[in-house]
Amino acid sequence: MTDVVIAGIGQTPVGEHWDTSLRSLAVKVMLAAVKDSGGLRPQALYVGNMLAANLSNQAHLGTLLADFGGLRFDDHGHKAGIEAETIEAGGASGGAALRQGYLAVASGFVDVVLVVGVEKFTDKVGPEVEAAAATAMDSDFEADQGLTPTAQAALLARRYMHDFNIPADGLAGFPLTAHANAVGNKNAMYRKAITLEAYQNAEPVSDPLNMFDVAPNADGAAALILTRPDLLPKDYPHPLVRIAGSASASDTLGLHNRPNPLWLPAVQVSVEQALKKAGKRREEVDLFEYHDAYSIHAALCLEAAGFAPPGLGWKLAAGGSISLIGQIPCATLGGSKARGNPGGATGVYQAVEAVLQLQGRAGQNQIPGAKLALIQCLGGPASTAVTHLLERAGDQVTGY
Amino acid sequence: MEIPRHWRLKKQRYGLVGNVCEACDAKIFPPRDICPNCGAEVKKDFAFSGKGEVYSYTTIFEAPSDFDESAPYTVALIKLEEGPLVTAQLTDLGSQPVEIGMPVEMVTRRLRQDGDERGMLIYGYKFRPAGLAA
Repeated sequence: MTDVVIAGIGQTPVGEHWDTSLRSLAVKVMLAAVKDSGGLRPQALYVGNMLAANLSNQAHLGTLLADFGGLRFDDHGHKAGIEAETIEAGGASGGAALRQGYLAVASGFVDVVLVVGVEKFTDKVGPEVEAAAATAMDSDFEADQGLTPTAQAALLARRYMHDFNIPADGLAGFPLTAHANAVGNKNAMYRKAITLEAYQNAEPVSDPLNMFDVAPNADGAAALILTRPDLLPKDYPHPLVRIAGSASASDTLGLHNRPNPLWLPAVQVSVEQALKKAGKRREEVDLFEYHDAYSIHAALCLEAAGFAPPGLGWKLAAGGSISLIGQIPCATLGGSKARGNPGGATGVYQAVEAVLQLQGRAGQNQIPGAKLALIQCLGGPASTAVTHLLERAGDQVTGY
Repeated sequence: MEIPRHWRLKKQRYGLVGNVCEACDAKIFPPRDICPNCGAEVKKDFAFSGKGEVYSYTTIFEAPSDFDESAPYTVALIKLEEGPLVTAQLTDLGSQPVEIGMPVEMVTRRLRQDGDERGMLIYGYKFRPAGLAA
C-alpha cells in the first residue's frame, strides 16, 4: 500500500452565504485546492454532504460539482467528466469522503483525488432546518417523537451532569476555548472571545444546554487534493503532510439503543484503529480537532478517545489542557463552535486546519513544531465516527 | 404525507410492541430483525408494559416544522422496566417538576399533524407521571 499525502487545501469562510449557491461555494474551494497542489488534475471527486437533497432540493452532487467544476478527462480527446460521487454519513460526511479518497489513492486505483465537503444550511430557515437535521437520527423512533439533534445532545448533557455531579457551568471550557482560538482564524464565523460570565448568563436552548453549548449551523465548503508523493510537482512548495492513519466505525443510530449512552464506542474504536495503523501512541498527538457540534460531545469524545477517564473530559477544558498551550490543544482554529458548523463539510475543514498546523501555516494559532494531528468528525452522537491521523512527513521530501 | 410509513408503525405507536429474542431473552424496542445483544435472528413480538422511569429529559423550544405548534415540549429518554430506553415526549406534567428517576407510564396522545389542516392526525406513545389516573 502506498503513502497518501494531502497535496492541496482550500476553504471558504464559514457563515451565512446568502448570495452564493451550493455549487459556487464548492467550486471555489475545489479550484483553490487544485491551485494549492501545484495544479494536479483530479481523476475522481468525492463530495461530503449531509443535507443538500433536503435543504437545497439537490441530490446528485458528485456530478453537479464535477460538471460545474470543469473536471473532465483530458486524455484521448474524451469529453466525459471524471468519476464523481457523494458520500453521506450525517455530520461525519466530510471525514467519510476523505476516507474514501484515501482508500482510492492508497489502493493504487486512482492517482489524484479531489475531496470536497460542502453544506448550505441557509437555503432554508428555522423549523425547516431543524426538521432536515432530524433526518440524520432514527426517523421512525426519534424524529417522529419531535426530537432534534440539539435536544438529543441536551439529553446526554443532563445525564452526564447528573451521573458525574458536574456544576452547571462545567462545560463552559469548550466554547471558551473555541471562541478564543477563532479570533486568529480569518475563515471563522465568530472571531470574538467570550467570558465565563457570558456563558453563565447565556440564553438556554434546550436545558441544560445554552446557546454557547451549540455550534451554529452555517454554510461552508472545504477541499483537499490527495495523491501519492511521487506524483507531486517538482516545485511543490509545502512541507509534506501524509495520512498516517484512517479509520471509521459506527454505533446504533438511535441514542436510546445504547447500553450506556455516555460512552461512545465508535470514537474509542476508530481512534485506536487509526493510532494502530499509524504506529503511533496517543501521547505523540500534538493537536486534536475533535467533534464539538455540542460541548457535551466534545467532553465525551475526549473520554472515549482516551484523553480523560469517564466523567472527567470536561475538566480538561475547564483546566486549560485543551488550549493552544495546553497538553492536548483542541479546536485550534475555533472548532465547529466558533469557526461555525458546516455540517457534512466539517470533516474536510478539520483536515484543512490540521494541514495548516502541520505545515506551519496556522499564523497566531500555530502549535509550535506540530507533527501529528488527530482529527475526528461524528455523525450524530458518534453514530458514525471517522478518525484520521495526519503527520508532517519531515522537511526532506522523498519519492521523486 | 407519509401514510404507508405511519400505517406500518401502528403497533409500535399504539401498543409499544417490540421483540423478545428467543435465544437470549433480550427485550428489544424498537423492533429489529437481528438481536443487538446476541446476534440471533429475532422473530417474536413483545408488548412492553409501558412502565418505566425518566433516564434524562430536556425542553425543546426550537422545534422541527411538523412540531412547531407544540413547542415548547419536553422530550425524555425513558428507561422501560423491561430494560430498553425509549425516546418519547412527556405529557400531563402540570406543575410537577421532572426529575431523573421519576416513575412514568405510557399514554396514547396526538403527536402531530402530517401536512396541512386536512392532513392526517398522528397518534402515538407519550409518557406521563405514573399513578395520575388512580
